[in-house]
Amino acid sequence: MASFTTLTSRQVALPINDIDTDQIIPAQFLKVTDKNGLGQVVFHSWRFLEDGSPNPDFVLNQPVSQGAQILLAGDNFGCGSSREHAPWALTGFGFRAVISTSFADIFRNNALKNGLLPVVVDAPTHQMLFDLAEEAPQATLSIDLPSQTLTLPGGQTVSFPIDGFNKACLLNGTDEIGYVMGFEQDILAFEKGR
Amino acid sequence: MPKTLFEKIWDAHIVAQEPDSPAVLYIDLHLVHEVTSPQAFTGLRSRGLKVRRPERTVATMDHGIPTTPLDVPIMDQLAAHQIKVLEDNTKEFGVQLYGMHSAHRGIVHVIGPELGLTQPGMTIVCGDSHTSTHGAFGALAFGIGTSEVEMVLATQCLLQRKPKTCEVRVDGQLATGVSSKDIILALIAKIGIGGGTGYVFEYTGSAIRSLTMEQRMTICNMSIEGGARAGMIAPDDATIEYVAGREFSPKGADWDSAVARWRALPSDEGATYDSSIMLDAAALEPMITYGTNPGMGMRITERIPDPAGLGDANQKLALEKALNYMDLRPGQPLLGKKVDVVFIGSCTNSRISDLRLAAGLLKGRKVADGLRVMVVPGSQDVKKQAEQEGLDKVFKEAGAEWREAGCSMCIAMNGDQLQPGQYAVSTSNRNFEGRQGKGGRTFLASPLTAAATALTGAITDVRTLI
Ligand code: SF4
Repeated sequence: MASFTTLTSRQVALPINDIDTDQIIPAQFLKVTDKNGLGQVVFHSWRFLEDGSPNPDFVLNQPVSQGAQILLAGDNFGCGSSREHAPWALTGFGFRAVISTSFADIFRNNALKNGLLPVVVDAPTHQMLFDLAEEAPQATLSIDLPSQTLTLPGGQTVSFPIDGFNKACLLNGTDEIGYVMGFEQDILAFEKGR
Repeated sequence: MPKTLFEKIWDAHIVAQEPDSPAVLYIDLHLVHEVTSPQAFTGLRSRGLKVRRPERTVATMDHGIPTTPLDVPIMDQLAAHQIKVLEDNTKEFGVQLYGMHSAHRGIVHVIGPELGLTQPGMTIVCGDSHTSTHGAFGALAFGIGTSEVEMVLATQCLLQRKPKTCEVRVDGQLATGVSSKDIILALIAKIGIGGGTGYVFEYTGSAIRSLTMEQRMTICNMSIEGGARAGMIAPDDATIEYVAGREFSPKGADWDSAVARWRALPSDEGATYDSSIMLDAAALEPMITYGTNPGMGMRITERIPDPAGLGDANQKLALEKALNYMDLRPGQPLLGKKVDVVFIGSCTNSRISDLRLAAGLLKGRKVADGLRVMVVPGSQDVKKQAEQEGLDKVFKEAGAEWREAGCSMCIAMNGDQLQPGQYAVSTSNRNFEGRQGKGGRTFLASPLTAAATALTGAITDVRTLI
């Protein structure tokens, strides 16, 4: 599994609530049988115009987004389908963390399994980050997973919650399937006992 | 201590749990489809692993398959390849596949119950968020991602934190023209699409008890649209009667012991939930969505809300954006709004009872001029049953399209899609931007509302026609 420790990057702001997985990666791109290439079509409907050319008004097509690894999104990010293509598309573009006030359950699980860190902040911090993105688009944020803190350009830090098991998996790059396979004797006993 | 339905199933499936870690949860039934499984099989192969319990794994193809006549080859090369990959994977790993030409092929959440694979008390997963459908049988059923699909294939287990529980109590009797789809649309309109995040819903109350199994599936299906990964309904006589005699349901003495187990599943007297929501079924009217998520719904007789009236700036922005995409105005009624397409199908509403309802209204009548009406049965078995009852003739004589089974325009992966700017009334579950085709605009509603709209070509209150 992809690991995560620290990250310092500019943020890309998408001030839209309830961004669903159909928006992150439309169904027409789900016909792949591998995980590659989806970064080029992440947010496809917003990112490209009818004629297939990049939409200059969309933030991902603007210079500020180039090389940015943090996505700042509106409330309830990743609702909708279970497609893991959503985190594959986001990490394919280069994102390694998404900041929001909340994440849909399945998306959060899928993100964690791909080294994409869901960072939950409270509403005032959320607003402050959007203000920052507008006033200082080049400003960088630092995310430190071991201490679970997000550091703003002025040095101010806010802490964010994360499940202890998920945190350990991200820090160590734990193979979760390998972890469960370690319970083979328990699984056999369970299967026998029913 | 008294336990809820959820707690009973959860506790009975814990294989192991280390301190401060998620539970290793045993999975009884793993459903697989072509879109979310290829990378999981690849992962398995690269680890040199087998499918641990092929007999607990069942595959079908539904998302990308055409709904045109079966003798026409699949023109979409990518979709054809994905289907071929599923055929190869299931063959290599010894997994039962209801493939392209199987008489039992269909939308995964339609065929599970139909074949008797879905049973009370089970843990059921699938790489698909509408796995919540199977909760109608008193199973714990939820969607997972592809990494988790790989984990379940490899270990028959899943790592899970225990979710919270919420009782959704629906009492009272539904009025004529109001259906279970309206119950769930009303619930989501009330709590919003993130309202159930972190929870498993248990639907209780007299209104739920009086529903048929197919109607219950419609409700559990859309639990995910309310943010809840799973929705459950305690098994009762209706459940047991539905499961009896199906291909994979227990037989003989096994049946008797299974029924005894299922009878013990309902939540105990005095069991508590982490939260609760109440809904009065008698007060409901047919529902319709006006925006770009399933929470943006209203009674069909209402007018579209005004963003200016919303206190929260983000919500205001979201509604403005949605109305802009939908090209609708605040204060506008939806009754009488002309539409281009009516879609009757999807794992929410494509079962035989849904088709009967729609056909009942269309019988001896014609769909409106210039309107495209697509009827897509949820499975080939539903299709066969409908044809035995002559429903296909009713639809065709009315001027509707009668197609092969599949997800079709619910997700628009197979070429069944809206054109940019088109409006559709759809019995499916998602009205996200572009969900039914780029630029397409979706109004979610019940099969009755869809059929009524098919007759007039504009959004219609079915109660004016019956
Ligand atoms: S019918 Fe629609 S919601 Fe249901 S499984 Fe197919 S694509 Fe998903």
